Amino acid sequence: MSVSTAERRPHALAVPLADVGQVSIDELRTSLVEQVAEGGRVSALFGVPQPSGVRLYAVVVFGHDGTISVQATDVGDRYPSLTPDCPQVHWFEREIAEQWGVVPEGHPWLKPIRFHRSYRPGHDAWNRTVGDTIQPCVTDFFRMEGDEVHEVAVGPVHAGVIEPGHFRFQCHGEHVYHLEISLGYQHRGVERHLVGGPNKRSMHYMETLAGDTSIGHATAYAQNLETLSGAQPSLRAQAIRGIALELERLANHTGDMGALAGDVGFLPTLSFCGRLRGDFLNATAAICGNRFGRSLVQPGGVGFDIEPERSELIRKRLRPALIDVAGAMDVLWASRSSQARFEDTGTVSQETARALGLVGVAARACGIDWDMRHDFPSGIFRFTYVPVSSWHSGDVFARAYVRALEIQRSGVFVMKQLETMPGGALETKVGPLAPESLSVSLIEGWRGEICHVALTDAQGKFAAYKVVDPSFHNWVGLMMALRNQQISDFPLCNKSFNLSYCGHDL
Amino acid sequence: MLNAIQERFSQGHRTSRYPAEPPQMPDRLRGLPLLDASRCPEGCQACADACPTDAIALKADDLQLDLGRCLFCTDCMRACPEGAINYSQEYRLATRTREQLVINGKALELAEALDDKTRKLFGRSLKLRQVSASGCNGCEADSNVLGTLVFDLGRFGIQFVASPRHADGLLITGPVAQNMRLALEKTYAAVPAPKLVIAVGSCAIAGGPYIGHSEVNNGADGIVPVDLYIPGCPPHPYTILDGLLRLLGRLEEKR
Repeated sequence: MSVSTAERRPHALAVPLADVGQVSIDELRTSLVEQVAEGGRVSALFGVPQPSGVRLYAVVVFGHDGTISVQATDVGDRYPSLTPDCPQVHWFEREIAEQWGVVPEGHPWLKPIRFHRSYRPGHDAWNRTVGDTIQPCVTDFFRMEGDEVHEVAVGPVHAGVIEPGHFRFQCHGEHVYHLEISLGYQHRGVERHLVGGPNKRSMHYMETLAGDTSIGHATAYAQNLETLSGAQPSLRAQAIRGIALELERLANHTGDMGALAGDVGFLPTLSFCGRLRGDFLNATAAICGNRFGRSLVQPGGVGFDIEPERSELIRKRLRPALIDVAGAMDVLWASRSSQARFEDTGTVSQETARALGLVGVAARACGIDWDMRHDFPSGIFRFTYVPVSSWHSGDVFARAYVRALEIQRSGVFVMKQLETMPGGALETKVGPLAPESLSVSLIEGWRGEICHVALTDAQGKFAAYKVVDPSFHNWVGLMMALRNQQISDFPLCNKSFNLSYCGHDL
Repeated sequence: MLNAIQERFSQGHRTSRYPAEPPQMPDRLRGLPLLDASRCPEGCQACADACPTDAIALKADDLQLDLGRCLFCTDCMRACPEGAINYSQEYRLATRTREQLVINGKALELAEALDDKTRKLFGRSLKLRQVSASGCNGCEADSNVLGTLVFDLGRFGIQFVASPRHADGLLITGPVAQNMRLALEKTYAAVPAPKLVIAVGSCAIAGGPYIGHSEVNNGADGIVPVDLYIPGCPPHPYTILDGLLRLLGRLEEKR
């Protein structure tokens, strides 16, 4: 195996921008192909405007040895697309085209992903002018032609209590040949408004950019500030963050298991999990007063303590909840008709998952054992070990089973942490951020890898702040899962991924 | 089959006794803020400066807080040197008008019931279409949870339905991004009149953390007429349920 030229570094280290390897676009292409072949995965690829043109930053993560590489290349208004050689970057290149008006020439399917104007006035990848209105999802869709082939359009407003998005199916009868997903309805301009920060809104963007992952994104953000300022949160603060992160996972996975059971008509587990999800959210509320953990994570630590009596109270409530959630899983696994609906439905092969760079539950359900808590441990996960849960079959069953395993393991982790709370101050002061530096923060949120990249300017303010929610990688996984399925299985497949619309749209 | 029944017995009956009994709230719940302007040092602006959404206004000894903008975060509390702002465990927060959400130490005027004619139509059966207009899935999740057996929304005759054509009104969450505006307008138009609009969460009321962004419309107000405001980020499920029942006059019957 040849070793790529890109320098690999440990994560959670502030890198002076001057030390980021500058390469040509062709060198970057060769390097990305080499790094992916060596087991790397493109975690972020994004543009930062320069006095002339745009600088692209590529962050590749290597799970097996916990290193990352960062490379940069300068491009003008167009450059030869990287996607044909490195499919993992296909969605990133569409994002770069939309945000900065840079055309990746030869991209196989270059369309907007969020439907907003370019952030560089006068530069538009689709030659739209200021007078042209931009309407969400008014764009070309992949279409099949043929007798009795028909198109099914769903959304943006869906039938359930759920975020908006648009799904376009190419069908013949019940059979789905292709699903294309077009989003952008949730776009609130998060990244654009993070530039120039940190300021008093920054943390609130983090907590609400994907509100079901408040702890995950807030922790990723706090870690970047701590890395760039040299602040060291206490072990106690890190334990509380870890407990909150796993409670977030418990609540969401439990809710997903109930919803999966509901989608195949198995009502006992649906009912049980609806209540149990609330028990986990209420445990978070017992710590900080908010079911989603808002205001709990603060730069430099946490805003709320778990005193011994509170720890005792939370454990007293969690113990029966964990027994009940195990019971809810047992009856689901014992239901053969439910299993028959889960198995061989919405299968994604490991090869596809690797090629597209899927993350989190969706990747682990294809037998890929990527888990940021294990590969890039930060905070309390440097001192404790949560076993990585994976299954090989790539279908709805695998995505359900991985969740069920993670529920068990997060439960054990939370109980153990609550019993053995380390000491330390709740907060340490976060000083000024290192100027002209770059920091990468990686967190295993409940959906998967959360990657935040902060770049500071000469004053130590954000010159750019890149947020990559796991959904950004995984929506294409859902599209692949629907191929050659029945359209009536879409709700089940969709729920088995349960991706974030707002986390994607930002 | 038998194991499911056994598990059902083991997990027991879990529907809350609300509204016959008050709900159990966490001791650290950030409910209705308590303001004590008498503690404010001369010229101090610390809370207003710290507030991420400019929900706090200090005018000549008067400390005003706009619950519609408030994220119920801890930034003002943490900034205040005198402890003049605290949160109570009061979870009842819904109002009928936007102005009523601006508080300054006086009691919050909770939502009044619909007029008799409308109440006769919807009081015992209210079907709502939920529109997430760029919500973060916090308000959506805590609205959806009302359908679980804990809250059992159905026992009050309230239900989320799949089509606006089947609905008596909209429950809107999110700051209404430009990209969702048309979809929201069309969904509203598709609901047969008379119809209600309920704005849930600080985003739907005033834009939340995204207030002032050119990408959003600072909430549903101004796009559709709002009949009920339920503040919070997100509001606790009982805050939402209390608002809905109050609007339908279902809580007065009990007292």
